[in-house]
Amino acid sequence: MGTIYRKEKEGRRATTWPGTKRAPEELLQYIPEGLRRREPPWLPQVSQGDLVRHYTELSRMNYGVDTGFYPLGSCTMKYNPKLHEELAQHPGFADLHPLFPEEAVQGMLEVLWQLGELLKGIAGMPGVTLQPAAGAHGELTGMLLIRRYFEDQGELEKRTKILLPDSAHGTNPASAAMVGFEVVSVPSNREGTVDLAALEERLGEDVAGIMLTVPNTLGIFERDILRITEMVHDVGGLCYFDGANLNAFLGRARPGDMGADIFHFNLHKTFSTPHGSGGPGAGPLTVSEPLLPYLPIPQIVREDDRFRLFYDLPKSIGRVHSFFGNVLVMVKALAYILTLGDEGLREVSAGAVLAANYLRVRLRDVYRVPYDGLCKHEFVASTANLGVKARDVAKRLIDYGFHPPTVYFPLIVEEALMIEPTETETLETLDHFIEAMRRIAEEAQREPELLAEAPHNTPVRRLDEVKAAREPVLREERP
Amino acid sequence: MEYIPHTRADIERMLRAIGVGDVDDLFSDIPAEIRARYRPLGLSPRSELEVRRELEGRAIKNRRLVPFLGLGLYDHYIPAVVNELSSRSEFYTAYTPYQAEVSQGTLTWMFEYQTMICELTGMEVANASMYDGGTALAEAVLMARRIVGGDKVLVPRSLNPLHRGVVETYCRGAGIEVVDLPFDEAGRLVLEEVPEGVIALIVQQPNGLGIIEDLSGLKERLGDAFLIVSVYPIALGVLEPPGSFGADIVVGEGQPLGNPLSFGGPLLGIFATRRKYLRMMPGRVSGRTVDVEGKEGYVMTLQTREQHIRRERATSNICTNSALCALRATIYLAALGPEGLQQIALLCLERAHELAQEIERIPGFELAFKGPFFNEFAVRCSDPEGVTRDLWEAGFAVVPPVYLERMGVERAFSLALTEKRTEEEIQGVLEVLREHAR
Amino acid sequence: MVPQELRYTKSHEWVRVEGGTARVGITDYAQKKLGDVVYVELPEVGKKLKKGEVAVTVESVKAAESVYAPVSGEVVEVNEELVSTPGAINQDPYGNGWLFVLKVENEDELSELLDAEAYKKLIGE
Repeated sequence: MGTIYRKEKEGRRATTWPGTKRAPEELLQYIPEGLRRREPPWLPQVSQGDLVRHYTELSRMNYGVDTGFYPLGSCTMKYNPKLHEELAQHPGFADLHPLFPEEAVQGMLEVLWQLGELLKGIAGMPGVTLQPAAGAHGELTGMLLIRRYFEDQGELEKRTKILLPDSAHGTNPASAAMVGFEVVSVPSNREGTVDLAALEERLGEDVAGIMLTVPNTLGIFERDILRITEMVHDVGGLCYFDGANLNAFLGRARPGDMGADIFHFNLHKTFSTPHGSGGPGAGPLTVSEPLLPYLPIPQIVREDDRFRLFYDLPKSIGRVHSFFGNVLVMVKALAYILTLGDEGLREVSAGAVLAANYLRVRLRDVYRVPYDGLCKHEFVASTANLGVKARDVAKRLIDYGFHPPTVYFPLIVEEALMIEPTETETLETLDHFIEAMRRIAEEAQREPELLAEAPHNTPVRRLDEVKAAREPVLREERP
Repeated sequence: MEYIPHTRADIERMLRAIGVGDVDDLFSDIPAEIRARYRPLGLSPRSELEVRRELEGRAIKNRRLVPFLGLGLYDHYIPAVVNELSSRSEFYTAYTPYQAEVSQGTLTWMFEYQTMICELTGMEVANASMYDGGTALAEAVLMARRIVGGDKVLVPRSLNPLHRGVVETYCRGAGIEVVDLPFDEAGRLVLEEVPEGVIALIVQQPNGLGIIEDLSGLKERLGDAFLIVSVYPIALGVLEPPGSFGADIVVGEGQPLGNPLSFGGPLLGIFATRRKYLRMMPGRVSGRTVDVEGKEGYVMTLQTREQHIRRERATSNICTNSALCALRATIYLAALGPEGLQQIALLCLERAHELAQEIERIPGFELAFKGPFFNEFAVRCSDPEGVTRDLWEAGFAVVPPVYLERMGVERAFSLALTEKRTEEEIQGVLEVLREHAR
Repeated sequence: MVPQELRYTKSHEWVRVEGGTARVGITDYAQKKLGDVVYVELPEVGKKLKKGEVAVTVESVKAAESVYAPVSGEVVEVNEELVSTPGAINQDPYGNGWLFVLKVENEDELSELLDAEAYKKLIGE
């Protein structure tokens, strides 16, 4: 399948536009000569019919949640309700310019305000910002808040370190580094949780904070979470919680009650907004009392029955997004929370944890499960005991019609398969997946080449990534 | 619950397999005192109909003014094919294309998008998107520092104040000083001398006042320091691309390319640079290669730059981006072709200049700057607040004076026009202004 | 494959002592662990490195590994060929796959390096 450029022919067009009153040459006089475009950009010239067929064909080469089971660990690929798409496209939301006056957008501001209030309630924390456009953007905002907090306390010079468990997502160290913090790794113990003795050794007055993922990337809840946050607070540090795994305890426990100072939500994970082939997401943050003065501006506040944009926060870190964050994603998340209610929120975590544990116990006699206790919304298996690569099992799953789990993460498990079924899959789907996984384990012994050569029926087979990286071809060249 | 399929019997079967008595036992590893502190929200579950009514009620409450706006986000017409095709759920319910064999659709359009952005900007490589124009600009400064070194960035007062806000936040966090550059009577930036330790000069094209900047000769004066240009992509239908003027990085707000205004999000951050800086560029890229049978295909490549591999040494922390908005931009540009893009740019030019000329005829109103503009311009008058309010009353939205003040312009508001603005709407605006004639 | 005449580090660099200079590369064991090398980021000639400082980054498709200076010294030569043929590190790690040459600052540091026997033991050969 080639790109749209391969379908072009000089003179074809997919759309027509109104004419100008004056001749183009005359209008172009408004632009100083040296700044006028000399040569048009090379954009495809295709008919509307060909354009529609091309992108329809491309869509058919993709696998989405609507195509089938997508147990991608750490990504919470749950079903994306269709109501949400219609609501977000409503012209009463989608056609609003962010510079419209407050009086004109009261309904919109109410949506944002209400979502903020609900997220505060879910996290058990008093402050919120909706601006971060993604989880990593939330982390960066969190790091900026921590920096600003210590700057205000006059301790920025000495608070140079951020502690990170060795199972952390890659975005965590990258976010800390963007704000100039030194990243210090904290090893896990044999249970896969933070090693308290190792944490103790690293704690001191030079620590600005810790970034924790709760439950961690092995799907294990930190039993000592209260002790951990207390230890960090005792040396004056702040506790950042990466909320990528909130699906594990939604409606049952609150980060604010665990000692979190900053918590980021991934609306595109926990709150069912679609991933859009990689984005847009939304990564709102909730914060504890001491961090309230530093939140990004503007804040959305309610005064009597009016909603207002509030800028008067002199100690704010400033703006982290051009406007208010990914608003249409927030419309979807609000619709989701309103649909679920308290009861539904609890059912989500129940369903997610039930499905993950069910898969764990049904697969552990075939695949090694290195941390085989009660897991939360996901667990990590390894193919090392079968003598095959995690990648090969993943690719073979595609032949069985499933999207592969996350592979080679977390880094502390060799040949890792990180499996997160979510709450929206039926028992029948889970059973089919178990069956496929067990058959692949058999194939690994009997016909290992079936795995090594998989997938067999996709639009392309395994691609040469070495060639792609050694001789990068990143755009179509003009003929 | 319509989104959770487990029946009572399913739950029983799963619990038995796991070997626990009931669902609450699955949470016994969360300390009891934490669970005990949980407070519900006080929300009852609702049906689809009820939720639709409630949220559509809020949507209807909003007043859709006619946008003569403004500051990075513009109200361009979106052809029907854009919505239709980008709404296919194989696109919007997929994750990042890490598994290339089942993601060729996404990887192919990413490659197309990269090509189109390079063509628009005159640059050699482009990534597959950032969050928005503001964060793309801030990331450009961070990238420039990794290559050039230094500790200060030159920022014109005429930079879109919303983008400036994001740049200032990121720079403060990264220990970079923001040095202001003034503009002249024409509204164009003035670069007198290039101080020591400069990472980059930021130029917005056209700038926050709508004025077209003269990019020629700037890179030569900067030497090793980077020339970062933030563009309005539609204007590039008629403006020479920054690549021709030696720009090192070109960024921009890509919303005008087939994305709705969305009350400011999601947006699309454009990011393009020189091939020699490819490995320092943030964000994802799709590359062309072959499969084991020699068939052409696409993969995410150069991932060693990214956070999931290089962690604290990554070029950025960005992971989730604005893929779906980039898909819309791709389909939009394919639907336009080179002629369509130029035509839209010409319509913007024509409508804006018509209105500007009419405004200048009204006593008490004048264009704040005499420099050349594309589709956005600032208007000076004695009571810009009053005018803005009256325009709102009449159903028209313009950029209010407070944003102009942030760029150092007093007693002014600004307007932007696209191909969507009708003769009637333009007359409507003029009527309100004439009531304020002196 | 661990050539007898070379010296080694615990971080899998090899060192060939050539008079007052040290030629440095990564071991066969290291290249196998890393997989196909797709890119090498070399230091500039003239750069002064302290022992243990990052000298080179070697990238495969899924990893970016640091190569450390085995001893302190000034970079006097780098293997420019690797820019176009990074695969030489996989095909010939001890020959054409060399990375850079250091002018040794302190000869004593050379004696702290592992000999072939000790390195073999380290990698369990």
